[in-house]
Amino acid sequence: MAATKPIQLILARQLASCVAAPILLMDADGTLVFFNEPAEAILNQRFDETGEITGDELIKLIEVADEDRKLIPPEKRPTRVARVERRPVSRTVWTRTPNHEWKHLQVSTVPLVGESGSLLGVMHIFWEI
Amino acid sequence: MEMTLWGTRGSLATPGPDTARYGGNTSCVSVRGREGTIVVLDAGTGIRRMAATIPASLRRVDVLLTHLHMDHIQGLGFFAPLYRPDCEVHIWGPASTQASLQARLMRYLSPPLFPVGLRELPCDLHLHEVDDAEVGIGEFRVASAHVCHPGPTVGYRISDALGRVVTYLPDHEPALGALTFPSLPRAWTSGGTLAEAADLLIHDSQYTVHEYSGHVGWGHSSLRHMLDFGSLVETKHLVPFHHDPGHSDLDLDRLMTEAIDDFQPAYRVTPGREGMSFDLR
Repeated sequence: MAATKPIQLILARQLASCVAAPILLMDADGTLVFFNEPAEAILNQRFDETGEITGDELIKLIEVADEDRKLIPPEKRPTRVARVERRPVSRTVWTRTPNHEWKHLQVSTVPLVGESGSLLGVMHIFWEI
Repeated sequence: MEMTLWGTRGSLATPGPDTARYGGNTSCVSVRGREGTIVVLDAGTGIRRMAATIPASLRRVDVLLTHLHMDHIQGLGFFAPLYRPDCEVHIWGPASTQASLQARLMRYLSPPLFPVGLRELPCDLHLHEVDDAEVGIGEFRVASAHVCHPGPTVGYRISDALGRVVTYLPDHEPALGALTFPSLPRAWTSGGTLAEAADLLIHDSQYTVHEYSGHVGWGHSSLRHMLDFGSLVETKHLVPFHHDPGHSDLDLDRLMTEAIDDFQPAYRVTPGREGMSFDLR
């Protein structure tokens, strides 16, 4: 049977479903397990159609660049830093999906750590600049 | 395995003639296995009577706390095995980043709230902090997972060697934040895997639909949400539990009948009453 997501991810998804800001949710393994409707404009995908996206697939799906539009390597992306180093990241980035224009975004990425201290996932909140 | 309900009331012990049939003691359920394993779910005021049924020959008993709200631990100081030097008592409960399980239990089991401190108990006491995990306790497998209720709170799924499953979610608000409930699959619903296809599901039934609208975020279910959850997880038998202290026996008779008649569940529903037993063969 499919294991129930951690309650912290479930509640984060409920929150993401009710706000205007684009939000991406990843699990502890780096799989994109949910993104809300506002985030569909960033990924140029609909969650209802994609379902979960693995970390490797996501790297191919979206380019992430710094202020000079120099690509940020996967290990330095806010996602990876929050997940591996378990610390929040807040910065501006440029993102682009295949055949689409660059978007200039502010992103805040927060590791979700449970009461027992274990990492349960990562939440990204975006603001378009 | 055999389950007995020793306390079915939520929030506050509510003894009296108006609550005599469903019972006034707060949450406590015993689970007994065929090989003699005894697991106690929560330590509400019902645990005192439960403890009197434990045989003197028993050398180990496990108490599984879902969370540390008062109605789930108030009976702990009256649990007789804690005062038996020849008995191992294992207490399991959710971890917290703020303080250890021992420190949080000592807030109650210490003066001035209670005359006997946790450290003074003569039994062989073992405390275990639980996470989203599965452990073996005697002849049972016990899975725990955090569920939607204020503060660190877990639910339990107990399986025996024959594959029989009882799930215990006494304080649970799976509908919190959902635009409609249920709209997401079990994997995205609090308690979904714990309760999946359970032979017996003991579940929060604190509010009417009307009452729930004034208590969103308090961590409990309406009768309707409970029945919807039972359908979502495809339980075989649902036991409404954790009755609101403001609901008399007559209220509960009416509310349960109305909710079940309106919903027409595809599974059996038996409103939980103190003293009731269920034998899963």
